[in-house]
Amino acid sequence: MADIEPPAGMSEEQKRRQRWRNIAIALALAALAVLFFAATIVRLGGNVMNRPL
Amino acid sequence: MRAMASAQIESSRLEAGACARIAAGEGGTVGDYIALLKPRVMSLVVFTALVGLVAAPGSMHPVLAVIALICIAVGAGASGALNMWFDADIDARMARTAGRPIPQGRIAPEEALTFGSVLAAGAVFTLGLTVSWLAAALLALTIGYYVFVYTMWLKRRTPQNIVIGGAAGAFPPMIGWAAASGAVGPESLALFLIIFVWTPPHFWALALCRSGDYARAGVPMLPVVAGADATRRQILLYSLALGPIGLLPVLTGPGGVLYGTVAALMGAVFIGLAVRLYRAGDAPASGPAARRLFGFSIVYLFVLFATLLAEQALGLAGMGV
Repeated sequence: MADIEPPAGMSEEQKRRQRWRNIAIALALAALAVLFFAATIVRLGGNVMNRPL
Repeated sequence: MRAMASAQIESSRLEAGACARIAAGEGGTVGDYIALLKPRVMSLVVFTALVGLVAAPGSMHPVLAVIALICIAVGAGASGALNMWFDADIDARMARTAGRPIPQGRIAPEEALTFGSVLAAGAVFTLGLTVSWLAAALLALTIGYYVFVYTMWLKRRTPQNIVIGGAAGAFPPMIGWAAASGAVGPESLALFLIIFVWTPPHFWALALCRSGDYARAGVPMLPVVAGADATRRQILLYSLALGPIGLLPVLTGPGGVLYGTVAALMGAVFIGLAVRLYRAGDAPASGPAARRLFGFSIVYLFVLFATLLAEQALGLAGMGV
């Protein structure tokens, strides 16, 4: 998969800051997914499997 | 057209230097966005919410408790970001806040507005969906109260700003309590009242030391509007009220003998420092007395809530009256 190029004219500092912001957003979204997964398991417990297949 | 007008309003809230830096478009660092969340305020909010959560009756799954605390922390952070968005002009004029990301031009005001709004909505809905809609409603009320009632309405209009606005900082233990028990009772109201009555002497002691800063920024804090004498008198009155209110958890339930003893001692010291500040008048000793009271007020709140937490951990809670 090719890397997405930052917009032309960005300084190295701007690119560095944008990269770290992207990483922080990715980590926050991953944490949110884990949080909802954990809450679902805790809330439903064993009943998570108790559904028509 | 509306976007242009909005941009002009945003620009008018900032000084030219900050606007130029935003226009240069370097963008904020991750640390700047974390600073928007006011991490120190957030830590106190999380701590008091944790105490409310632990002291509440009933059991709560630890995972849900952690989720509740994360939501409360993010909601508090969102309030901080929205406060910094609205108060960017004031922040730029005060030495204590001039280094914040928006006055420094590292983050554009509209970015802070979006950041705070998304986090606020996310925290409220996540808390509602995963833990409790009552707790989520209280979190929404807290954020709305801090942003609309305190920041937008009261802060620039009345010296009673922190008296009424202080309720926003007093809600977190109630949210924690509601998350764990699904109810709001007199027990959590007692925790609310402690922080509510503690807030004015805490902030007025700080304002006494920084009244020049507030005057420059045009914020009508009590020392700026009514003078130092009236502020010292009000601090004393609120401190006299705080002493007995600190003991309320013993009457309502969560506080035990240990808490009652600690709260009585800490309340007596708080009143003693307020009396010393009142007696100092305009003497040079007044400055150090105000700083001492401000420093002790932080210790006071931490020790009271930490004692409640310790009693829960040691199984000593509710053994008082």
